[in-house]
Amino acid sequence: MLRIEGLAKLTGAERYVDDLPMDGALWGMTVRSEVARGVVRSIEFDPALDWSSFTIVTPEDITGPNEVHHIECDQPILASPEVRHIGEAVALLAHEDRDTLRAAIRRVKVNIDHLPPALDYRVDPEPDQIQRGEDNVFTELRIDKGGVDAAFAGAAHVVEGEYECGAQEHIYIEPQGMIAWVDDNGVVCCKGSMQCPYYVVSALTHAFGRPEERVRVIQTPTGGGFGGKEDYPSVIALHAALLAIKAGRPVRIIYDRDEDMLATTKRHPALMRHRTAVSADGKLLAQDIDVIMDGGAYVTLSPVVLSRGIIHGAGPYTCPNVRIRGRAVLTNTTPFGAFRGFGAPQTHFANERHMDAVAHAIGMDPVQFRRINIIRDGETTATGQVIRDGADRIGILDSALTRSRYRQLQREHADFNASSPDKRRGVGLAYFHHGAGFTGAGEVYLSSIANVAGLPDGSVEIRAASTEMGQGKETVFTQIVANRLGIDPARVRTATPDSSQVPNSGPTVASRTTMVVGHLLERACDDLRTIIGAPDARGDSLHAAIERWCDANPGAEPVGAARYRPPPGVHWDDKAYKGDAYGTYTWAAYVADVEIDLRTCAATVRAFTAVQDVGAIVNPTLAAGQVHGGVVQAIGWALMEDCVWRDGAMANNQLTNYIIPTADDTPHIDAVFFQTPYEFGAMGSKGLGELPMDGPAPAIANAISDALGLAANRIPLTPERIFTLLTNAQHA
Amino acid sequence: MPNTPEQHTVTIACTINGRRLSLGVNPAWRLLDLLRDHLGLTGAKEGCGEGECGACTVRIDGLPANSCLVLAVQASGRSIETVESIDPASLGFLHASGATQCGACTPGVVITADWIRRNPDALEHASVRALMAGNLCRCTGYNGIIDGVMASMGFPGEAGACAGGDPCES
Repeated sequence: MLRIEGLAKLTGAERYVDDLPMDGALWGMTVRSEVARGVVRSIEFDPALDWSSFTIVTPEDITGPNEVHHIECDQPILASPEVRHIGEAVALLAHEDRDTLRAAIRRVKVNIDHLPPALDYRVDPEPDQIQRGEDNVFTELRIDKGGVDAAFAGAAHVVEGEYECGAQEHIYIEPQGMIAWVDDNGVVCCKGSMQCPYYVVSALTHAFGRPEERVRVIQTPTGGGFGGKEDYPSVIALHAALLAIKAGRPVRIIYDRDEDMLATTKRHPALMRHRTAVSADGKLLAQDIDVIMDGGAYVTLSPVVLSRGIIHGAGPYTCPNVRIRGRAVLTNTTPFGAFRGFGAPQTHFANERHMDAVAHAIGMDPVQFRRINIIRDGETTATGQVIRDGADRIGILDSALTRSRYRQLQREHADFNASSPDKRRGVGLAYFHHGAGFTGAGEVYLSSIANVAGLPDGSVEIRAASTEMGQGKETVFTQIVANRLGIDPARVRTATPDSSQVPNSGPTVASRTTMVVGHLLERACDDLRTIIGAPDARGDSLHAAIERWCDANPGAEPVGAARYRPPPGVHWDDKAYKGDAYGTYTWAAYVADVEIDLRTCAATVRAFTAVQDVGAIVNPTLAAGQVHGGVVQAIGWALMEDCVWRDGAMANNQLTNYIIPTADDTPHIDAVFFQTPYEFGAMGSKGLGELPMDGPAPAIANAISDALGLAANRIPLTPERIFTLLTNAQHA
Repeated sequence: MPNTPEQHTVTIACTINGRRLSLGVNPAWRLLDLLRDHLGLTGAKEGCGEGECGACTVRIDGLPANSCLVLAVQASGRSIETVESIDPASLGFLHASGATQCGACTPGVVITADWIRRNPDALEHASVRALMAGNLCRCTGYNGIIDGVMASMGFPGEAGACAGGDPCES
């Protein structure tokens, strides 16, 4: 089935938040800190300017809690009196004319008494840099399996390694934007680009002390999210709402790209240290892993990013003794937040680079080393979860080797490298997994609801807060409902995600939408059939039964509903960090074929093979699109996307000097799916969106290491980094 | 910038999507501002405002250009075509190949893709990938875009049988 809203997007007819006409709306802008850490002494408005035509909001205008509701409420809506990062919002302005506003914002001066900032998450803070607890640590988590220390004592080999990943900016092509107004009934309304309407509802109810029915949040067509529109839209919605309430008029805030890159969240930088014990025949005996993530200035989602990171930290292998320690720490940096993969890309990068390093150290082929350690059905993960899903994990590996011509490439590259004066080629493998849906008891805690309503004309309407942001939710939900009810997809409508109209089906994150919410829709379809007294109806008989019910119940509508319930036998102990971390996992083997030009030190991906089992595929084109897009986003993270930090702020906050892959930088991506159905996912599906972000970086770094005969353990592997690696190798 | 609502305007004559127009424009407006804010043609998007992303791509006298880097007054005497001028019937290949996901880059992609389709000689000097490199897409990984352009020109996709078809194994 073709993407439902595809033609509207191709013709330019789709209306995003910046495209909406808004009569009488003011433009809103944000006054930001230019200091990494300090105390605001005063906010000065240039007396030479007449400010009477502006709406001005400062922290004094906030009558409720000055808190953005995330996991914790440590982030202020407007910093007061302490600022914790450059780009932090301090005050808000609104005006009818955008140019006038842009000129005026430069005439607001924030006077700040400087305090010493903590800027490097890798080193322990000095006493005068402490801002949280005794050590600036937001969260500390630990996984223990077996007895690691004893296992090291008798091991044939012990191999250590250190791996580091940089931040990554989402670069959704549509920057963040939000419109707020107060409607005729006094309801505070926000409409804009977002992944999670009910997160914004929570932010508004918390800050304004209103019940849920006194706020309303509506998602506009969203031009990419990737996690960047998971938590941040709460901030911009609060800003727009504060201005709209004070002005008594609608206010629209649309970020320019530079402001978006300066102020919004990014992927957590991370440093991982691995120490691994291996038997003489190459079996993993113990994995001791330490993970530090840079959380930035506020908690946002760092505890759960760290959680997913460490749970994936030992990879898709079985090992009797595992210890993983993780910390997320505060720095005076723009807060890091959700980004596709959610901590797993970082820890998979380290683990898969380390698997190559261990294989190299013990003199074993890296494919063979993985092959003998890949988890088999009946074996346990680091958290003690027994894997028993019937997925052909070895078949996935072999398929990737065959499709990519891995062995032939190794031979061809050896010949090529022996004869080429200025180019080197290498091939690299990554094997990895991704837990689908929220971690641990997260889905139970969310307790999501989705509805399928019957309409008087016999058709049905999907009601859920899940958002379309490019991944294809609208199309896939329609397919799932049409399939369950045996009806033409043309008779399925989808309600706009509007908190006044749709139930909370949970956030559109964590690769959960098709699998978890789609499955709720299947159950809601069954419930609808029960309500209309037609438990076995399909197709025309279903439409007729809905019409009969509506005729018999004038003014009412039949609404099938389903609330999440966990699959049987799933148990998670959040205190001990033991048990079933996820209901199910997806599995993948990726191969990168890379060339490095020794004159420019630039690495290019020549070919890329992505083989995965993500359960049954609902829509092949959309599923392949998730893999193609995720792989290319990860190629960017691996090779070119370099956040340059100056005093905790992104110094290269422009697309001119923060570069993402173009069509000409990337090869055709070969995406292949194994399909082991999952009983508790819609139509047998598992999560898909994030998995493709996990594997490309280690596959590429392994290929570069292979090509150059050195250890490329730090990404992004920009030409400068590769030059340094080569130079250091020459001097060593 | 002066903080006054009264602005100097310049009158220009140009053709936009086939309609001859006489327009009063502010010398500070970019072509993108004229199209989006004053003519209601919101297909072209502002993705970066500095000519890197290509989401604002339009055709000026037939050639793709970033409308964020062109002043509105420079449209004087020119023919401007935006995504709204493209025949929807010509978009089937891009639709089928999965060339659009979030859609924010799509209007610019469509303009460039349509130009390549009409100018196949350009492929003697550059690949489809090179010709599309001025349009950043963060969703599709470009497979769907490239395959859609190639299919619209009667070429097989890059991966032959794999392209746009069923990539499912086992």
